[in-house]
Amino acid sequence: MQQLREIWRTFRRRPMGIVGALMLFSVVFVAIFAPWLAPYDPDVKIDIDPEDLLAPPDVEHLLGRDDAGKDVLSQLIYGARVSLTVGFVASFMSMFIGTTVGLIAGYIGGRIGNALMRLTDFLLVIPDLPLMLVIISIWGRGLWKIIFVIGVLGWTYNARLVRSQVLSIKERQFVLRARAIGAGSLRIILRHIFPQVLPLILAQAVLSVSGAIIAESSLSFLGLGDPTLVSWGMMLNFAFERAISRMAWWFLLPPGFAIVWVSVGLIMMGTTLEEIVNPRLRTHHLFDPRHMVALIAGVRPRAEAEGAME
Amino acid sequence: MAILEVRNLSVNYLTDEGTALRAVEGVSFSLEQGRSLGLVGESGCGKTTAMLGILRLLPAEGRIVSGEVVYDGVDLLHVSESEMREYRWGRISIVFQGAMNALNPVRRVGDQIVEAIMLHESVDKRTARGRVDELLGMVGITSERASQYPHQYSGGMRQRAMIAMALACTPNILIADEPTTALDVMIQAQILDLLQKLQKELELCIVLVTHDLGVVAEICDDVLVMYGGKTAEYASADIIYNESLHPYTQRLLEAFPDVENPASTLASIPGYPPPLDALPPGCRFEPRCHRRKDICAVKSPPLLAVNSGHYVACHPDKGRLNGATNR
Repeated sequence: MQQLREIWRTFRRRPMGIVGALMLFSVVFVAIFAPWLAPYDPDVKIDIDPEDLLAPPDVEHLLGRDDAGKDVLSQLIYGARVSLTVGFVASFMSMFIGTTVGLIAGYIGGRIGNALMRLTDFLLVIPDLPLMLVIISIWGRGLWKIIFVIGVLGWTYNARLVRSQVLSIKERQFVLRARAIGAGSLRIILRHIFPQVLPLILAQAVLSVSGAIIAESSLSFLGLGDPTLVSWGMMLNFAFERAISRMAWWFLLPPGFAIVWVSVGLIMMGTTLEEIVNPRLRTHHLFDPRHMVALIAGVRPRAEAEGAME
Repeated sequence: MAILEVRNLSVNYLTDEGTALRAVEGVSFSLEQGRSLGLVGESGCGKTTAMLGILRLLPAEGRIVSGEVVYDGVDLLHVSESEMREYRWGRISIVFQGAMNALNPVRRVGDQIVEAIMLHESVDKRTARGRVDELLGMVGITSERASQYPHQYSGGMRQRAMIAMALACTPNILIADEPTTALDVMIQAQILDLLQKLQKELELCIVLVTHDLGVVAEICDDVLVMYGGKTAEYASADIIYNESLHPYTQRLLEAFPDVENPASTLASIPGYPPPLDALPPGCRFEPRCHRRKDICAVKSPPLLAVNSGHYVACHPDKGRLNGATNR
């Protein structure tokens, strides 16, 4: 889609966004190739030698070992999988719910729209983390339960954002024209309004992934993570309970650093995207690179020069 | 036989305070195949509202309170919304005021016209695309441009693309709501020529909404002059220009420059059109009328038939409008 191409054209000139994207993709890379990158199986105790428990980093175990003698680096690498899965799936869920609610509330409005927005306000004012704690402690711990809870509670901001955009877009003339050609509401929402809010949703989604990762880490840190999986938050939890007193910094710092790394990367990327997308960039037909005219003789239009390079 | 009969159409706008503003009141006209009607009047006199009412595209606050819109024997105000969708664009299409903004900025122009065609006809995409090229050709846009986005078009091109889109499903009636506002004079002339040419080729009915009497004289067979939401005068263009009887129409014509006598100063009509929340109790034009009588301030004039096909809403004078019958 042309709009996305235009966003990319601006995005690739922003160092902050590019650095953020690289930070994110480094983690994605690690998560995908975890079995090849991790030196040990994170779940297997290497030795039952008491010397190995919380052993400091050495050549064989670059980030030392935890209190059960397991390799910290391998846990960290596999932990990326959990964090990213939770981040992306939960974010997709909340984007999906938020976008649907925002589109309906914005386009249909009236009583239905009002009811939906009051529900949104209601969820928005309840602090997420305590609510998640309550739900998870009643419902039980599990990766998909955590994803579900984060996704289902995280859509409110997006719903408001989409609704406010829809309210302004639906007054634009092409929406009236779409009705005049005989299009029904569903078609107008999906074909005419949704494409207009899509870039905004994408930028928002990137930001919300980092929110979901932090939420999962918080839950795990507080002891409500999936007990069968090692996530970064879980590592922090173990380290906090058992390692700090013994000054085992190699167990505490890496997961914390990993969480910060991926969140900062996502936020840098998301903020850049938002900056590009939110005050809507307008192009004029005269400034389309394909028609741009070089004003000084001998200077080629930029698009042409770029085309020649590619 | 008339293809479209609008009878006594009245539209109200509901305000937040619960009062109703009478934006259009008792407007009637009929359109025959291949003829064109000019809808003339000042800004805010209900021209666009009447047109949106016909297509049932009024904003949420708008209510059609009475009247009939009979298209080919069917009252459009009483068909279901899904049936109405068939009529929109399939039979009656509209080019909006400032139509250059009526294209979706993030979709290709060609695709938008294809969408209109495929909503109404069961043709495959390839056929529809062929038709798009043809339509764009008709309005003087080369077919390579179909794959471009609206921002790559100039204003006049977008307007012409909208006209092409309006003709996509071969409608019987084309409502053109000020199709030339915001365009320069050259493009205006092009668009009007285009409309005239298309009308002849396709036997189209055109309803032209405008304040430009010159344009009306050139294109329209009949003219409906509106003032403050009501019909002031309705007749053939010839009668309106030469034998108009309503003081407003007369003043409107005087306010238009005369090619044969360009040096004379233009007349203007003092005052403003009545605000919809404070309509005068009698004739709506009474406060500005140069021929007002006592009765005008208290009683709204009925629409009188002077001759066949000439209607005036004005209280009869001695020697004027005698023999006119109440419609």
